[in-house]
Amino acid sequence: MTQDAVITVRNLSKLYRIGQRVARYHTIRDTITHGISRAATALLHPGRTLEKTEDNTIWALRDVGFDVQQAEVVGVIGRNGAGKSTLLKVLSEITYPTEGRVEIHGRVGSLLEVGTGFHPELTGRENIFLNGAILGMKRVEIRRKFDEIVAFAEVDKFIDTPVKRYSSGMYVRLAFAVAAHLEPEILLVDEVLAVGDAQFQKKCLGKMDDVARKQGRTVLFVSHNMAAVQSLCNRCILLHGGRVECQGPTDDVIARYQAMLPKQKADHVDLREHTGRRRNSSPLMQRVTLTDGKGQPVSVIPMGEGLNVEVSFIAKDRPLRPFLGVVIKNFIGASVFGIDNRMVPGFVLDAVTHGTVTCHFERLPLMPGSYTMDLYLGDEHISMDAIYDAVSFDVIPADVFGSGKLPHAGVGSVFWPATWSVRANAKP
Amino acid sequence: MNESAATVIHTKIITPPKGWLSINWREIWLYRELLYFLTWRDVKVRYKQTILGVLWAFIQPFMKLVVFSVIFGKLARIDSEGYPYPIFVYAGMLPWQFFSEALTRSSTSVVGSSNLITKVYFPRLIIPIAAVGGCLVDFLISFSILFGLMFYYGVAPTAATLIVIPLIFLTIVAALGAGTLLSAMNVSYRDFHYLVPFALQIWMFATPVIYPVRIFPPRWQWLISLNPMAGIVDAYRSAILGKPFAWGHLAISLAVAIAMLFWGLFYFRKTENRFADIV
Repeated sequence: MTQDAVITVRNLSKLYRIGQRVARYHTIRDTITHGISRAATALLHPGRTLEKTEDNTIWALRDVGFDVQQAEVVGVIGRNGAGKSTLLKVLSEITYPTEGRVEIHGRVGSLLEVGTGFHPELTGRENIFLNGAILGMKRVEIRRKFDEIVAFAEVDKFIDTPVKRYSSGMYVRLAFAVAAHLEPEILLVDEVLAVGDAQFQKKCLGKMDDVARKQGRTVLFVSHNMAAVQSLCNRCILLHGGRVECQGPTDDVIARYQAMLPKQKADHVDLREHTGRRRNSSPLMQRVTLTDGKGQPVSVIPMGEGLNVEVSFIAKDRPLRPFLGVVIKNFIGASVFGIDNRMVPGFVLDAVTHGTVTCHFERLPLMPGSYTMDLYLGDEHISMDAIYDAVSFDVIPADVFGSGKLPHAGVGSVFWPATWSVRANAKP
Repeated sequence: MNESAATVIHTKIITPPKGWLSINWREIWLYRELLYFLTWRDVKVRYKQTILGVLWAFIQPFMKLVVFSVIFGKLARIDSEGYPYPIFVYAGMLPWQFFSEALTRSSTSVVGSSNLITKVYFPRLIIPIAAVGGCLVDFLISFSILFGLMFYYGVAPTAATLIVIPLIFLTIVAALGAGTLLSAMNVSYRDFHYLVPFALQIWMFATPVIYPVRIFPPRWQWLISLNPMAGIVDAYRSAILGKPFAWGHLAISLAVAIAMLFWGLFYFRKTENRFADIV
């Protein structure tokens, strides 16, 4: 059996009605009034094709096919909306395919989210049992691993406290700990590592690595975090527009993925219909423009030069006191640094309905290479709109240290000036 | 799901759902622990951060009993077939209360569990079943008040009282039938969220809870029994108070309750594949 594929996917397609995903639910009245408004549109604008959005359908997956062998760790990558999450949902039987066939040999555990079913009113102990049962663990199994889970989560003292009193860090740790102790033969994981503090993320990555390498289980891992994919997966599948763009060794596929990104490279990007927009964001951001120190639009900047990120927005219901968060990511999608105006002291913004927020980097300490930027816009403390990989730009080498030498890329993503001194020590 | 059976290969084939879909009872059985935990969560959460805790399961029906006895028994002097009104009304209120609570909770249960439905796989039918199960616990607790009343009014239990046990199952069937149907409909049409509480109020007055069946002319009583709760509530009274059973009416109610359960299960099964996409 070991040579046989444990997951076989053939011609898998999933059709969504766009209206289904956007309009979350409807009432009978909506159906009626909607019918009336459509009829009115038809009468008043006879030429217009009716309602593209409501009746439009989208193939979230189209003719997807691949095999996963026993004990393989396969990464699934792709931009937002490429179909990664839909693929996992179909494999986990949460939603059904429209066409095609999947064959799975082995017990499947899927982790599409950590802490699914956690109830704030219940204690840590109660939630471990509840969450374990939801993830498909038997009661005896949970009881056996209970101490291990508590130790992993580092919440021993608070195990009988309702989780609503937990800090968000503790909550996430406990949730992950339960999930990490699942022991299916096939594990499907979606972005769960995008939570928690850096130290805990590292611990989770270690645990995942353990699961895959030492215990020989098969893992399908969906992530935006190319660094994590690179360190965990031997093989990758790249999805684009619901189709398999390519599959093969991780490095090759990631390179291909990166090659797809720079299409967005431009001194400005229209953000209104951006595909990287996080699900459930309200689309406030209209356009992002990158300009250099002199205000000229740029998409390539020399090392050490200044950069302005100008984001225009239109508030929907009421004026915003806009905060803008910028996260700069390197070519494998690992975050280099991020900043938002709420961190800066004494910075009070006026309430604006239509406006542009500009983030000015005095000197960008980036090494040569390709970078992308995630943008977050919100009202004071509430994040409202988020776009991953909103815009890309290149940094080209420059003689930043004034030595006539160009620094080498490959030592990292950031350069920082240093001063040096040498002194001779007395002979011992 | 055998723990130690590493040699057993679980093969699963996923294809688009087609045609008639039967209910996979075996799978629901495999997930019985989840059913237990979801039921337990419902009960546990209901009385968290309340001072009186589970005492509320006594207080609520008791207060209702007092109000009903005063208004309908003392002031309106509604016919109670010769039995003391409090025990007469409580014998009817008890199953009705369970039914109405179970229906309210199960009809919103699927929408309320959207976070589970979009993130984990398990037989969806467990959700409305657990909602009904959670109410069953309260129901059994409020039963103890009935024993108190029987003792107080000197109504001795007879062999016929044991018929209460199958009647409880029948009430579950009625609640589950309407509950699964409404829970699935609520996913597509949130109107039911508003409709159900309102409909239940009317339904209660259409059911012989505060009044006896005999206020209707005998030849129309079968028609009343088309309401499954009518026959059930009346049968509870027969079992508890020792009045003769109206078997014919109970049979009609039973048939309607079972038909409703089939309809509910069928509709639920037919629409559940879309739950994750539209909830």
